[in-house]
Amino acid sequence: MFEFSPANQKRIPEILAKYPDTQSALLPLLTMAQRQEGYVAPQAMVEIGKILKLSPGYVQSVASFYTMYHMHPTGKYIILFCINISCQLNGADELLAYTASKLNIKVGETTADKKFTLHREECLAACSNAPMMRINDTYHEDLSKEKIDKILDSLD
Amino acid sequence: MPELKLLTKDIDKKDLHKLSVYEETGGYGSLKKLFKKKPDEVIEMVKASGLRGRGGAGFPAGLKWSFLAKDVFPRYLCCNADESEPGTCKDRLLLEKTPHLLIEGMIACAYACKIETGYIYFRGEFQHASDLMDEALKEARAKNYLGKNIMGSGFDFEIHTHLGAGAYICGEESALLNSLEGRRGEPRLKPPFPAVEGLYSKPTVINNVETLCVVPYIINEGPEKYASYGTEKSKGSKLVSVSGHVKKPGNYEIEMGTTVRELIYELAGGIRNDNKLKAYIPGGSSTPMLPADLVDTPYDYESLAAAGSMLGSGALIVIDDQVNIVESTLRLASFYKHESCGKCTPCREGTRWMWQLLDGIHNGEGTNQQVDKLVDICDNISFKSFCPLGDAAVGPVASSIKYFREDYEALLKRNAEGTA
Repeated sequence: MFEFSPANQKRIPEILAKYPDTQSALLPLLTMAQRQEGYVAPQAMVEIGKILKLSPGYVQSVASFYTMYHMHPTGKYIILFCINISCQLNGADELLAYTASKLNIKVGETTADKKFTLHREECLAACSNAPMMRINDTYHEDLSKEKIDKILDSLD
Repeated sequence: MPELKLLTKDIDKKDLHKLSVYEETGGYGSLKKLFKKKPDEVIEMVKASGLRGRGGAGFPAGLKWSFLAKDVFPRYLCCNADESEPGTCKDRLLLEKTPHLLIEGMIACAYACKIETGYIYFRGEFQHASDLMDEALKEARAKNYLGKNIMGSGFDFEIHTHLGAGAYICGEESALLNSLEGRRGEPRLKPPFPAVEGLYSKPTVINNVETLCVVPYIINEGPEKYASYGTEKSKGSKLVSVSGHVKKPGNYEIEMGTTVRELIYELAGGIRNDNKLKAYIPGGSSTPMLPADLVDTPYDYESLAAAGSMLGSGALIVIDDQVNIVESTLRLASFYKHESCGKCTPCREGTRWMWQLLDGIHNGEGTNQQVDKLVDICDNISFKSFCPLGDAAVGPVASSIKYFREDYEALLKRNAEGTA
């Protein structure tokens, strides 16, 4: 079963009010479901379909198009490590390998304690402060090994 | 100095994102002038300023506004804040530092085009910028810069934020509209163009963040003043994201026509470790790379086109002589393979094939024929794809072979020696 929390329930009419067509609320509701549960569960897609009068299959076809939706549970912190050109030119590959070995996982995996998930990511629009990574909603820029140590060690 | 700060004059001012601070810098000052003009006059001003779209295509902004289907309402304004072109980080700067400037620009556009509802489509990763914007919108509503009868003008306008969820293609305007309507972010067939049938099949203006941020300046200072800067066809200033192998990467607002050399060596402090420049990508990852001997090219639409590339979104990526270009090209090919939406065959299959060949060459398994094959695939994607993503994917590959075939051959040679 999936249910939006009471606080999120309250936000649904506010979100719907932004648009003349309720289907526009699909991405916002998927995002809200993911923020609540950590991923987009099949039941969440069914529930969102009910709210917006869309079939679960249609909801899934849209959700699967976008890379930010996780279809499976992830770690508490999702590390998205940019490897695109400006970061690559500034040593991102080495720092990504360093981060993976520090966490003792491969890129794409989650640590055994479910704390960190590490992904390779395409450009996140922080190119003049490369190399960079995004952890949940926060951008961390101008990275070095020391800085990565500090950031990862500071997270509970 | 070649810097020309029309948009970013106060960008480093503390708390500029707050309304009170923004107003101290003269913010929202353009609205009084705006509401004294007729909507058509505002469109004429923007036309006269020579302002061109800062998202990548460089289409004249005023002309775009004038194309809206006559007498069809409601109409919509969509601000494209899906900044995803590798190398580009200038819109994020404007969004996070001066959200009210964008709101002010959107009000002017909406007034000129008789639009009552605007959306700002943020890429999904811009949660922070979107949160800041929501705060800024609240402040603007409280002051009646937004809402009903704005400042007694009789004009109503509201702006909403909308977050995407990770898809480069949503920066393409018709894909953005599909995404905003709650669909897969695949591009639409054009025509009809968004000015005729856009969001919810209604006439729609879609402009980049930077484009809209220029409009208050044009209203305040007049189009002649704006047009007095820049070159004959590339007017005003341009915010350029400089990244890669420079000592001082950053966003620099320059007068159009400033040379790439000035950007790299004066503003960005030169190449790291004083290495030699090898290549630069002038306008974001999709624009063809150019070799070091074209470093004196003026940074404007026409000059970069004449040099065989594009100004694009204004992202200058600098590559020094320590790099084998195949490595950078492979990374970009991998990006376009990942971001192709899969709708049309040339792009879906072509981007994957280019990546496969490049990966093989990079791993020392390539042949000369495969390099020729890459050129052939480029020709078969160009102008044959459904939307500009296919052409974008070709940019780095074709130009890397054109200018740096020796880098490919170095890897092939290694292969030949290895197998000998």
